[in-house]
Amino acid sequence: MFEVSIQAPLGEFNLDASFRSESMVTALSGPSGSGKSSIVAAIGGLVKPKRGKIAVNGHTLFDSDARLAVPPHKRGMRIVFQESRLFPHFTVAQNLMFGRWLAGKKRDAQFDEVVALLGIEPLLSRRPRKLSGGERQRVAIGRALLADPQALLLDEPLASLDAARKEEIIPYLTRLVLSAKIPVLYVSHANDEIERLAQTVVKIDGGRVTEIKKH
Amino acid sequence: MFEFTADEIDAIRLSLWVASIGIAASLPFGMFVAYALARWRFPGKIFLDALVHMPLVLPPVVTGYILLILFGRRGPIGVWLEQTFGIVFSFRWTGAALAAAVMGFPLMVRAIRLSLESTDRRLEDASRTLGANGLTTFFLVTLPLALPGIIAGLVLAFAKALGEFGATITFVSNIPGETRTLPAAIYTFTQVPGGDAGAFRLAAVAMVIALGALVISEVLARKTAARIEG
Repeated sequence: MFEVSIQAPLGEFNLDASFRSESMVTALSGPSGSGKSSIVAAIGGLVKPKRGKIAVNGHTLFDSDARLAVPPHKRGMRIVFQESRLFPHFTVAQNLMFGRWLAGKKRDAQFDEVVALLGIEPLLSRRPRKLSGGERQRVAIGRALLADPQALLLDEPLASLDAARKEEIIPYLTRLVLSAKIPVLYVSHANDEIERLAQTVVKIDGGRVTEIKKH
Repeated sequence: MFEFTADEIDAIRLSLWVASIGIAASLPFGMFVAYALARWRFPGKIFLDALVHMPLVLPPVVTGYILLILFGRRGPIGVWLEQTFGIVFSFRWTGAALAAAVMGFPLMVRAIRLSLESTDRRLEDASRTLGANGLTTFFLVTLPLALPGIIAGLVLAFAKALGEFGATITFVSNIPGETRTLPAAIYTFTQVPGGDAGAFRLAAVAMVIALGALVISEVLARKTAARIEG
């Protein structure tokens, strides 16, 4: 599902990470600053590695030898960022519809399904600023899911939440991960509940892959 | 006291027209230059920045003179524009609009650039990963978030354009009904005996317009900010 082999400068050291996972759910775990977010950004096309290759679901997204770099908007890699990054000038419903609207789709059964799955129906007409951290993350997950993802990249979705908010969101994430029909890359710096649901865990430290565990 | 003569009405209307057209026409350029200065790295950026700010620090008469040399009937750009598009600037209201645009440009670019620099780039990244290309991201995310700054820039530039005197009079003279804007009309009144009443009336109008523009911009800025923040 994920095939990553990239080199890129990263702060004081170099990112030089290679891993391959055929699992539906892959966890990427390691301490802060180890290069996890850079890997997510590279898969999403937001940063360009110096050299290497990235393929997801059999589609090559980046290949420095072939001078190939698919632009981010054509990759279908939907990222849930740590800080949710909801659009402040849109309502929750408009945020959720962002990707669908770009794809020429309307509010449909899938929209209702995702809204129900994440329990965000009461929030639809609100603005992101009026939401709690946990609510924001649920909306961000919904926004990514509704944008017809080729893969879902969850970049430490729990990291900015306090314990109570984490408890609030974990059931949703668990349900999502267990029912994943698309490849999911779950990034975390703590050995947490969701990580334990992954079939493959890639450990990373200092920009290098240190261990690949398969369950 | 407040009965305007036809000439005075002309000057007021001409001023509003010239400033509006000048600022509206320069907005696309202002957006582009502000975006380039805020977001791109390119050689000569510091010179572009300095060039844009020139009208702010140059004596307006010098700016007017440069416009005359470049855009006048025999100026290289003036000749080209006349032959290619049939646009003539010298001694026309269009020239006054150009002078207004040039003088307002630094203020416009500055305000838009500041607001572009303070918009959250990470939201643009989010937009791109959701399937929006660069242009769509600009219109759906960057532009709405920068809107309060763009409005502020427009109003500042408009106010500056409305008060423009030195560059206008140097470039396109002071022709009643064509290039005699509010400041030029006031100046003319002060140069003739018995012109005090007219000068006073037009000065009052200038103050009302300036005050109105500032109040409107403040209200618009608050409304857009409230809309963006929710």
